[in-house]
Amino acid sequence: MAKEIEGTAEITRIKPGKSWLNFDLKDFWHYRELIYFLVWRDIKVRYKQTAIGIVWALLQPVLTTAIFTVIFTQFARFDSLDVPYPLFALSGLLIWIFVNSSITMAGNSLINNSNLVTKVYFPRLIVPISATLGGLVDFAFGFLILLGLMFYYGVSLSPQILLAPVFVGLAVLLAVSCGTFFATLNVRFRDVKYTLPFALQIWMFVSPIFYPSGVLSEKWRILLTLNPLTGILEGFRASLFGTAFDWFSIAISVGLTLLTASVALLVFTRMEDDFADFI
Amino acid sequence: MKPIIKVENLSKQYRLGARKKRHSTLLDSLAAGFRAPFANFKNRARNDKNIFWALKDVSFEVMSGEVVGIIGRNGAGKSTLLKILSRITRPTAGEITLRGRVESLLEVGTGFHSELTGRENIFLNGAILGMRREEIARKFDEIVSFAEVEKFLDTPVKHYSSGMYVRLAFAVAAHLEPEILIVDEVLAVGDIEFQNKCLGKMDEVSKSGRTILFVSHQMGTIAQLCQRTILLERGAVAMNDKTSVVIEHYVNQNKTKDAFYAANEAAANREMYVESAAILNEDGGGQSSFRHDERVRVNIKCRTPRMFRGVELRMVVKDGRNITVFTADAELVSLRQNTEAFEVDFTIPAVTLRPNAYSLTFALFVPHQDIIELIEDVVHFSVFDSGTKYAQSEGLDYGLVFSPCETSVKTIA
Repeated sequence: MAKEIEGTAEITRIKPGKSWLNFDLKDFWHYRELIYFLVWRDIKVRYKQTAIGIVWALLQPVLTTAIFTVIFTQFARFDSLDVPYPLFALSGLLIWIFVNSSITMAGNSLINNSNLVTKVYFPRLIVPISATLGGLVDFAFGFLILLGLMFYYGVSLSPQILLAPVFVGLAVLLAVSCGTFFATLNVRFRDVKYTLPFALQIWMFVSPIFYPSGVLSEKWRILLTLNPLTGILEGFRASLFGTAFDWFSIAISVGLTLLTASVALLVFTRMEDDFADFI
Repeated sequence: MKPIIKVENLSKQYRLGARKKRHSTLLDSLAAGFRAPFANFKNRARNDKNIFWALKDVSFEVMSGEVVGIIGRNGAGKSTLLKILSRITRPTAGEITLRGRVESLLEVGTGFHSELTGRENIFLNGAILGMRREEIARKFDEIVSFAEVEKFLDTPVKHYSSGMYVRLAFAVAAHLEPEILIVDEVLAVGDIEFQNKCLGKMDEVSKSGRTILFVSHQMGTIAQLCQRTILLERGAVAMNDKTSVVIEHYVNQNKTKDAFYAANEAAANREMYVESAAILNEDGGGQSSFRHDERVRVNIKCRTPRMFRGVELRMVVKDGRNITVFTADAELVSLRQNTEAFEVDFTIPAVTLRPNAYSLTFALFVPHQDIIELIEDVVHFSVFDSGTKYAQSEGLDYGLVFSPCETSVKTIA
């Protein structure tokens, strides 16, 4: 769809033909407020008619942290931790729960919003993006608990914490990209809906969420680095707890995340014109 | 002056059966998922049989400020045309040039969420329709008073009556200010009073110099609003002229009613469908006009890739005033599970139907569960009186059927 200005009128041309990258940034900008409204809708609706509302968003990371803490301090022990285990686990879980729920939400977002996709025009990318961003609110509340816990354990903040948003941003980009990619496939192949939880579960076990990568042998640690989440998790922790950054694994994470984002954007823009016909 | 909407040789092709493809294993589906972007290409060239043209070489122009109606039977391509104009789907060939901001209303209340309040839905729906937040805020009071829902603004819309819901939804849409407005049948909602209000609003919008493309089945509304009307038939422009001329042609054309029905190509995509229905005389020949003492045979052929358990075929006979005269059901239990096609004959006995015009509706359904196919008023026939005593005073209401009522007359001693 090419747009040009002729006189005062905005001209839209509708033509067949697909291209690999027909992303219309101007159009996207015009609809930016829709992202806000869809995120706002998702959050409102999620906790309506629940008795404890947003507390649900906190229960999951807190309880999981408690369980892991019992297991990994009472029955098994990691030696190479720089911080108390609950801090280690909660910081990893917050990132993981965000990535996990965002990809799940975004992966199903086009299908769940099929009533919009088949009835109204707007840049389709808004759907998976807003589905992802909804999870950030839960993340923010969880982060407050993490800060409280750090205070409790007497972990002092270092200036490195200023880098934490960079790693959260990387996690968002990774989640949006994966979510968008799966949402695209999901339009044609509902199998994605069933494959996704399974794939995410495997991803959780191969990410250093409740174990530090230091417990693995050299060979396995290199493999672990190829997981884009590894650098994000470790970087996030290092910035919070003031420990040393592993720039090598962070660089790999950045590279893989950007690669995933490019692939997702390419596939999405290639397929988006047919969504209404297949959904 | 250049036309505000210019449609040139627009065509849209659908590949039938594409949706039915199922993948048996996870591996298949993953492999297919990754192949999909490339597979399309090959499929397109190969399966000519599965191709269905929803639109074929459609061209027309609309000048700024015109209100143009689009009419046509179901499946003529009206919805597809609107979807392409609204940028929901792409054409297969051709080009459209739009000179102005377009908003389309293919449905009222798109994106309404039942858990959210009226106030929240106004903002959400407005944003979905492309309005800015400050634009919605500016028009908020106007929208609320148009919808007459002041008292329920902070109630979740799931508690609204259907009338209130529709009023609110339409009110948001009615306050869009595009240069080109594309409207699909959304006025057929709400009570008469509200419909008139909507029509008034549309009229107001058109008088303010905006261009409207309006699809409807209601000829009255089209005649009232549109100066010019386009008639679509089987995906092509059959007529494009003054509204009165087009409507007259369309209505008259609809009068020549068929005694035969054949499913269009799109039906082949369905899981079970009526392929044809014909009205036959005793000798098996097609006939559309019967003596009252003739038997009327209705022959229906159906296709299905697999039989549904417990499915029945229903025939509903309606008379010229659209009153249901009777209903007949055929249970299909005797058919084997692997049946791919079957036919059903209903024979209406002689001296049953009164002289009148009749239409038949067919449904394939599983009682209390599912309607698989419903085709309404598809074949037509008439019965004439070939000499009963009622014929002498034709026009009086003698009831819907000749009843084989037993009569006995006796003198009481």
